[in-house]
Amino acid sequence: MAELSITEAKRQTRNRWLLLAPALIILIFAASGPLLITLVYSFLSPGDFGGVVWEFSTDAWFNVVMERDIFDDTLGWSDAHLSIFWRSVKLSLLTTLCCLIVGFPTAYFIATRPKKQRDMWMLLIIIPFWTNLLIRTFAILELIRNEGVINSALIAMGVIDEPIQMLFTEFSIILGMVYVYLPLMVLPIYASMERLDFSLVEAAYDLYATRLKVLRRVILPLVKPGVIAGSILVFVPSLGAYVTPRVMGGGNQLMIGNLIELQFGQGRNWPLGAALSITLLAIVMVALMAYVRAAGEEEVRHG
Amino acid sequence: MIKAISARALRKVYPGNPPVEALGGIDIDIEDNEFFTLLGPSGCGKTTILRLIAGFEHPTSGSLDMFGDSLLDAPPHKRQINTVFQSYALFPHMTVAENIGFGLEMLGKAKSEISATVGEMMELVQMSHLADRQTSQISGGQQQRVALARALAPKPKILLLDEPLSALDFKLRKNMQLELKRLQLETGITFIFVTHDQEEALTMSDRIAVMSDGAIRQIGGPRDIYDHPADRFVADFIGDTNFVEVDVTGKGAVRLSSGKVLEVDGAPEAGKVTLAIRPEHARLSTAKDGLLSGTLHNIVYFGTDTHFHVALSDGTSFVLRQQNAPDVTSGMAEGDTVGITFPPSVAQVLRD
Amino acid sequence: MDKAFDVRKQTGFTTIAMACFAMLYMPIILLVIYSFNAGTSIAIWEGFSWRWYASAWDNEQVQEATIRSLIIAFWAALISTSVAVMAALATTRTRKFRGQTTVFAMINQPLMVPEIVTAVALLIFFAMIKVATGYTGLLYLIIAHSAFCIPFAYLPIRARLQGMDLSLEQAAADLYATPFQIFRRITLPQLWPGILAGAMLAFVISLDDVVITEFVKSAGQDTLPTYMLGQLRRVVTPEINAISTALLGISITMVVAFTLLSKIKT
Repeated sequence: MAELSITEAKRQTRNRWLLLAPALIILIFAASGPLLITLVYSFLSPGDFGGVVWEFSTDAWFNVVMERDIFDDTLGWSDAHLSIFWRSVKLSLLTTLCCLIVGFPTAYFIATRPKKQRDMWMLLIIIPFWTNLLIRTFAILELIRNEGVINSALIAMGVIDEPIQMLFTEFSIILGMVYVYLPLMVLPIYASMERLDFSLVEAAYDLYATRLKVLRRVILPLVKPGVIAGSILVFVPSLGAYVTPRVMGGGNQLMIGNLIELQFGQGRNWPLGAALSITLLAIVMVALMAYVRAAGEEEVRHG
Repeated sequence: MIKAISARALRKVYPGNPPVEALGGIDIDIEDNEFFTLLGPSGCGKTTILRLIAGFEHPTSGSLDMFGDSLLDAPPHKRQINTVFQSYALFPHMTVAENIGFGLEMLGKAKSEISATVGEMMELVQMSHLADRQTSQISGGQQQRVALARALAPKPKILLLDEPLSALDFKLRKNMQLELKRLQLETGITFIFVTHDQEEALTMSDRIAVMSDGAIRQIGGPRDIYDHPADRFVADFIGDTNFVEVDVTGKGAVRLSSGKVLEVDGAPEAGKVTLAIRPEHARLSTAKDGLLSGTLHNIVYFGTDTHFHVALSDGTSFVLRQQNAPDVTSGMAEGDTVGITFPPSVAQVLRD
Repeated sequence: MDKAFDVRKQTGFTTIAMACFAMLYMPIILLVIYSFNAGTSIAIWEGFSWRWYASAWDNEQVQEATIRSLIIAFWAALISTSVAVMAALATTRTRKFRGQTTVFAMINQPLMVPEIVTAVALLIFFAMIKVATGYTGLLYLIIAHSAFCIPFAYLPIRARLQGMDLSLEQAAADLYATPFQIFRRITLPQLWPGILAGAMLAFVISLDDVVITEFVKSAGQDTLPTYMLGQLRRVVTPEINAISTALLGISITMVVAFTLLSKIKT
């Protein structure tokens, strides 16, 4: 590129920001800006019928993890909240693990198809991903609810007399989330695997490695970036999941997303809801930054 | 003596539209402790043979034995054969030492034994000072030596080398050729070497198999192949050759275009044959004394040699090569009428 | 011949992969099948019928919700794509500029921030505005959708732009074309598949959104997904299956078209 004069460079910069302005305005108004307001709200006091009263208070932040005993006014850990946090982390980790167990072989399978077929297989993975989250959750619901397909079929076949309770359990939430987020695990792992040099696999066999050793010592280390990316892409959204735990958990098995919603509904504690939102955001940001750093280090190591 | 590799009617067809016959039913015997080269242009099937021996491909039909036992039931990690890949295939997430020790690790050897052997190997290829480097951080030539050490460390019975020197620059390649030859002699392992470079093959091999289009044209030692090419392809592929069309006069003699008659070995009963004559085996003479004659239309000076391009009376071209002696000239000039002589024994009758 | 050793095979992987594909599609296929159920159960088959499609078609709430969804999706796609084209032009194929990281972070925010967080933030912010202005129309939803659709429109356009040869535009400039002419005559003809793909993606994303819409909408302002969410709490009939199948049809058509568009070479 030829060297630009000062005025030319200035003109370019001005044009750039002009072009960016509409997008940035919309985003500030309906994305970034509201986040800041949420932060502000987390430091206010709840109004009686929802909304806020403009009085400064750090109560909301206390209430994220602590609660005041209603009898003797002592401050203690909020068991309800903490168990919800724990459940969210637990379920998200389990979802990520299940997605990994199913998604890794699937990505491997697609990557080892003949070149011409791979796009078609990937399309098969992508299609469910772009269908409505609600529809997919509903589809699983139809399968596992007490009057659903599985139970009806089992009863009709005489295998069981009473329907098996699968819905409204942590199991159903995990199942729903795995179903929804599986493509997000497959895509990055596939991208990593596609770039794998298979002559390395041949070399490993040539040097007496068994199938399992080849997987463990050669394939896995080399697709680690994809595995990490996939794990983050599943863990982060599942942590903030709202629809799936609501439909699959039925109000008994709350995750962070449901807890947040509660504050804007029956709970009538907007500042608390705001504080919980910001907390969730913070956790997600930390996870993302950890990922970015890990990915950067991997790049350096592999040259 | 039991052959290191023995193949009969070995055939490999790749499915497709249309199917590709990479190897058309070849027979080959490779001796133990031999430096054996598979030589030919790309697509001739030489790499296919290598991959069949290594176990990455399975033959469509035919037999393949190693030291008397069939290889065909064994997957690659059960064959005592190791490969030096053309792209080196070094594990990027491991150091030089870890790469070299990989095979021994997979075989379950003790840590002490592994580090001892790895040390030995690194000495052998002069890489000891780079033991802890990541393989992505060393030069091409160094990577090549690591690939070699890695394949030698498990002390295989046969070492396969798939055009290992093609990515190296000229000087490095020449050095490595001598290195490889030395290694083979030192270790006594059978080396099966694949290349498209005929000079390389001639330099390093005990025996060469010249291949084209999935078939073996000729197997023999370097001298053999060079001095007595079996057919036109081999004569053309190895070194430079002059092709001279002659008529058979019967009883082991042929008539040249000049009318002179020559006694040669291997001529058929009748018909036309082609003689192959190396440029350096022929001499310039007077038109009267020469077996062939024509006009000298080009003299090209090469420093070490001079090439003489002669247009023969039948319109074909004949090139002679003469090593230059200091301050001696041929005495010929472009445009002169000259003769070409050669001893009958250097004229190869080509079957085709 | 004895069985060949396949270097690429890993034990059990193909089985798991096949099971994975089956698992991904079976629930959806069953959902589609039961949308044609003559009976009222979503699980017990009683024969083929179009009745649920008919009843969904006649359902006033469904009609309203569908129209609202389509209006919002249309405007969101239009706005976000237009805005994304400009943003892509400004940020692709240039040297690093100051503020680049922030701009990218903002554009991609909807991808990185959990939906519930954005939904809550918008709820709060719009509530303030509602109180101040008394306006409770569709504009909130349209703007909210436009915002989170921006990255989905932006990324395909940017990808396409990066694959285009900059020297063509430079040649046009050399031949006295103004920036606007360059855009219209050189850039746009090559870029349009990317723009179309981005618009379709934005449309689908908007159509499918549940969480943000649920929080931002005012009473009675259901879109198709929020209507369905509400229905899930009550007695579920195959009417939901029918609506779902219709939505699926639209999504799949869009996705396939999007994939084909992405493959068009200049």
